[in-house]
Amino acid sequence: MENKNERRREEILRISGVNPRKCMKCGKCSATCPSYDEMEYHPHEFVYMVESGELAPLLESKSIYKCLTCFACVERCPRGVEPAKLIEAVRLTVIREKGANHLKADDIPAKLDEEIPQQLLMSAFRKYSK
Amino acid sequence: MQRIGVFVCHCGTNIAGTVDVVAVAEALKNEPGVVHSAEYQYMCSQAGQDLIKAAIKEHNLSGIVVCSCSPRMHEATFRKTAAAAGLNPYMVEIANIREQCSWIHKDMASGTEKAIILGKAAIAKVNLNTPLTPGESPVTKRALVIGGGIAGIQTALDIADAGFPVDIVETKPTIGGKMAQLDKTFPTLDCAACILTPKMVDVAQNEKIRIFSYSEVVDVRGFVGNFDVTIKKRARYVKEDICTGCGLCTEKCPQKKVPNEFNLGMDNRRAIYIPFAQAVPKVATIDADYCTMLKTGKCGVCAKVCTAGAIDYEAKDEFIEEKYGAVVVATGFNPISMDKFDEFAYNQSKDVITSLEFERLTNAAGPTAGKLLRPSDGEHPHTIVFVQCVGSRCEACAEKGKEYCSKICCMYTAKHAMLTRDKYPDTDVYVFYIDVRTPGKAFDEFYRRAVEEYGVHYIKGMVGKVSPEGNKLKVQASDLIAGKQLHIDADLVVLAAAIEPDKSARGLATMLTASMDTNDFFTEAHPKLRPVESPTAGVFLSGTCQGPKDIPETVSQAGAAASKVIGLLCKDKLTGNPCVAQSDEMMCNGCSSCERVCPYGAITYSDKEFRMPDRTTKIRRVASVNPAVCQGCGACTVACPSGAMDLNGFKNNQIMAEVDAICKM
Amino acid sequence: MQDVTNFKPLIVAFCCNWCSYAGADLAGSNRLAYPADVKIIRVPCSCRVNPMFILRAFQRGADGVIICGCHPGDCHYTSGNYYARRRMSLLFSMLDYLGIERDRTRVEWVSAAEGAKFAATMNDFVEKVTALGPNKRLEDLRCKK
Repeated sequence: MENKNERRREEILRISGVNPRKCMKCGKCSATCPSYDEMEYHPHEFVYMVESGELAPLLESKSIYKCLTCFACVERCPRGVEPAKLIEAVRLTVIREKGANHLKADDIPAKLDEEIPQQLLMSAFRKYSK
Repeated sequence: MQRIGVFVCHCGTNIAGTVDVVAVAEALKNEPGVVHSAEYQYMCSQAGQDLIKAAIKEHNLSGIVVCSCSPRMHEATFRKTAAAAGLNPYMVEIANIREQCSWIHKDMASGTEKAIILGKAAIAKVNLNTPLTPGESPVTKRALVIGGGIAGIQTALDIADAGFPVDIVETKPTIGGKMAQLDKTFPTLDCAACILTPKMVDVAQNEKIRIFSYSEVVDVRGFVGNFDVTIKKRARYVKEDICTGCGLCTEKCPQKKVPNEFNLGMDNRRAIYIPFAQAVPKVATIDADYCTMLKTGKCGVCAKVCTAGAIDYEAKDEFIEEKYGAVVVATGFNPISMDKFDEFAYNQSKDVITSLEFERLTNAAGPTAGKLLRPSDGEHPHTIVFVQCVGSRCEACAEKGKEYCSKICCMYTAKHAMLTRDKYPDTDVYVFYIDVRTPGKAFDEFYRRAVEEYGVHYIKGMVGKVSPEGNKLKVQASDLIAGKQLHIDADLVVLAAAIEPDKSARGLATMLTASMDTNDFFTEAHPKLRPVESPTAGVFLSGTCQGPKDIPETVSQAGAAASKVIGLLCKDKLTGNPCVAQSDEMMCNGCSSCERVCPYGAITYSDKEFRMPDRTTKIRRVASVNPAVCQGCGACTVACPSGAMDLNGFKNNQIMAEVDAICKM
Repeated sequence: MQDVTNFKPLIVAFCCNWCSYAGADLAGSNRLAYPADVKIIRVPCSCRVNPMFILRAFQRGADGVIICGCHPGDCHYTSGNYYARRRMSLLFSMLDYLGIERDRTRVEWVSAAEGAKFAATMNDFVEKVTALGPNKRLEDLRCKK
């Protein structure tokens, strides 16, 4: 159990590329967050809880779907912690653990649609192929 | 060939206990160059030293090796002994057979063997030693202080007090600096003007101090004790010696729309002005950018009203050259620009101000005569939000903020909050903080008083956004302890802007070859033990040019810098360290590698004429080392690709000889 | 075949005058033992150490060379140890290329207060070099007596 949590935590840090230790706990991310009232856990809490390994509540929380990915917290954070990327990584962890969310190059032709912009494929790869 | 004497010390049993000293003396006897070898109980004692002196005379020694304790202990002692016997003190080498041999090796055999090798290495080195004479240079007994804020003022007063002449160079028309703009000072709440202006008057009246106001340093040459400085005295179009400072011209000047920088642009002044009532020197200055007479030639009102006849529209910049023995940098700080912090709406609303602007708003001599009124509509604000750490501790935003803590903001914000609640108890005051940092005598008590006695609301968390709506400022912030987001309708938002070194510091550092850190603060010679000296000899640091500081710290540092300057100026001559780098001009290829690595700017290049073997002459660019500036680190010797640069006392061949002696098993 | 059990390495240590040499003195004052194989050469600053000195030591039969300087940021001459660090990393990678084991060379920061660290460093270094055996690759046999 302990190990799984630790693996999850490392995975989240790896996907997001965020170093939560850089956080100096000023709370500017939450102060600037437009969906603050909608969220149970706020950006600064995400950073703190991932750092301390308290992942279970985050993975179950609806907050991960309330983040608008507006990147206001990334823009304003004085230490460059980038909380939005961390929230995104937690969200991805949940999605992946449900399974069948991986994208392989072979799957593409079947899914291909003339209307799909190139960029969408790129971001799908980025999200689901890790 | 040298005639070397070897002296092995027993140091009681300290060395003799684990090293067979007699065997060492015996073994070293046959080394090349050795003509005498002896051992004695205590070489550093008077009897031991006499023994060395006698041997030098008797055997006509040209160099000596003392196998004893660490050179850090007694090198100076034995050098003096040698000098007393007529030997050059730099012909002495020490083999450290106590700290680095007998004390750490318990085995007699290996200890003795190592002691012999260390002795051989020292003999090999001394064989290549040459007599060295420390250079001497005179000291100009005058100091230059760059910057006329509280740091510069205090340093100048202290140096002048010791009887040395001092010149202060200040870019503004008056001395006084940032402190002159402040209202009250923490933690005692003395009025800044009441404690600063008497000092300014002292400076003006001190016969030893000259003030070059409205001036700047444009060139520095020379080195410790002998700086040649060029000062540019900008034309102020008013004769300083004639102007009485009556201020009539500043009232009659028709050009009224000049932003008053002393009040940070919150009101206007005339084109001819005296920054503030207590200015020193109290002389008017014409702002050439706005003066109608200087721009179009049509006005001349000030010249007409001036009864003293001090106005001179034809004035030109003057250049003054002066010699100094020491230079003190006291260039101070400025708050950083708030232009890039869009989230705080500084550029969108007049009611978002910086703390220094707040200082002027509460100052009796400020634009509102000390009444706290909103800059936009002149109304009394009922809700004030203070935001700390704006741009400080901002690692991610290097293009707009600063990575360091600005140190003074926590205290002045507590002061502002407290004074506001004291004067206007009907005002709600919020302070948003990340951490409250109040180390200092009576500092934390001061902050707690603001909270406990004056009811200032301290909220842990940062403000995320300030948006002007109507005549209110919507402040969105998070309260991290309550875990909720706050929305406050504020009347006034005060930003505790980070402070940065004055922009002039960078150019000045280049002129002085003084080093700076990445934030443009001057670096000290040692962060703990030499905090007021720059690594460049003869350059001293005072005040915030070295790092963020409050007034008490600045004043103590200013005094410390002054005492270092006095210590330098008291000397008639400076004796250098002869172990400095030396360039062989015949080998130098003029590549500048050494000049680039030298941390002291001791190396200069010049074109020299050389006679070639074929009797022609050739001009070559070669390096030369100023022995008064060189500290002898040796960085240049390794950087030199042609092997022209060498370090006296630690020459390449000397170290090679030591290596060889050690490796010759 | 060299008798490995009796092999005593020859170690040359370059110590800067202001920190590491004082650290070595402190190790002595505190009677912290390290092998007599270590011979210290005093230099004003680690940046005085010319890579030539190190090559010369290896050529003359040294089995390991260690350079000790002040901690980064504490250099008496402000930046000397940074120069040393860069020069040595370059030299060491060249030695690596020549087949000289990395463990035969080292740069270590020892302050004047770190006598214990100095002794520990030397013990560790001597142990590593002893394990490697004698330096044969760079030793110039013509230099042998």
